[in-house]
Amino acid sequence: MELLERSARAGEKPDIAELIAAVPYCRHLGITGRREGDRIVLEMPFGDQLIGNPILPALHGGVIGLMLETATLATVVWETGATALPKPVDITVDYLRSGRPVTSFARARIARQGRRVVNVHAEMWQEDEARPIAALRGHFLIQMSGPRDT
Amino acid sequence: MSEAQELWRLGMMAGMGRTSFATALGGETEIVGPGRVRMRLPYSEKLIGNPDTGVVHGGVITGFLDQSCGMAIGSTLKEPRSFATLDLRIDYMKPAKPNKDIFFEGECLKIAHDVAFARARAYQDTIEDPVAIATATFMFTGDARLPFGAR
Repeated sequence: MELLERSARAGEKPDIAELIAAVPYCRHLGITGRREGDRIVLEMPFGDQLIGNPILPALHGGVIGLMLETATLATVVWETGATALPKPVDITVDYLRSGRPVTSFARARIARQGRRVVNVHAEMWQEDEARPIAALRGHFLIQMSGPRDT
Repeated sequence: MSEAQELWRLGMMAGMGRTSFATALGGETEIVGPGRVRMRLPYSEKLIGNPDTGVVHGGVITGFLDQSCGMAIGSTLKEPRSFATLDLRIDYMKPAKPNKDIFFEGECLKIAHDVAFARARAYQDTIEDPVAIATATFMFTGDARLPFGAR
């Protein structure tokens, strides 16, 4: 991805707000990203297109998975300096609480980084970060700049 | 299955297939048989996750796999019951090709007393060559007043 290659060449961390804004599906859902100290936080305003159950109403399980996955991608490129978006291999999402029709947040951390694959944990919350509504574990393939050493 | 039950089931499928999430993305649903549903997602610009390649965002695939699992469960119920996703595991076999429809086929594996199990596959050309596969478990939440599956 051009934005990631540019920041890697300059030896800088990528601009997370710019990265998220470059992804059409994130724009469609109104997801924005920002740096908070040494971590990345994603924010998603509530919108009708996010509803999976119109009676409660509750956020769609897929939207929750998507938000967690996007937090994972942003955190992995931020932490590793990968020059392309990581490719998902597998993810497992645990749904802990019903997603209410309010603003949601997500963050991720790398549990283990190998040369080609990273194991990532992510959490999503609404009013209270200590009460997550969902959690993700997953593996992603990463592509680093420079000659391949594998 | 009585005529009333069949009418209820068809109504539920129509309702579930029309979640705001699915319709906002242009997804359509058809019932293949008891415990089996198929959804079609036409390619569009807003689904893109990687602007360099035009490949659809993995989260879109996640969302439709989740929904097709839930609908497969819902299609087997003889009376209204609401249920919520407990966990969802997805294996991404290969990227979806841009500019092509993606199909999602969900299958109910087992309805137990409190929980239900389903799996789904996302594919483009043939179901034997999937883009991604999912396994999901659901918990019945007990509020039968809801007309279709809750999440």
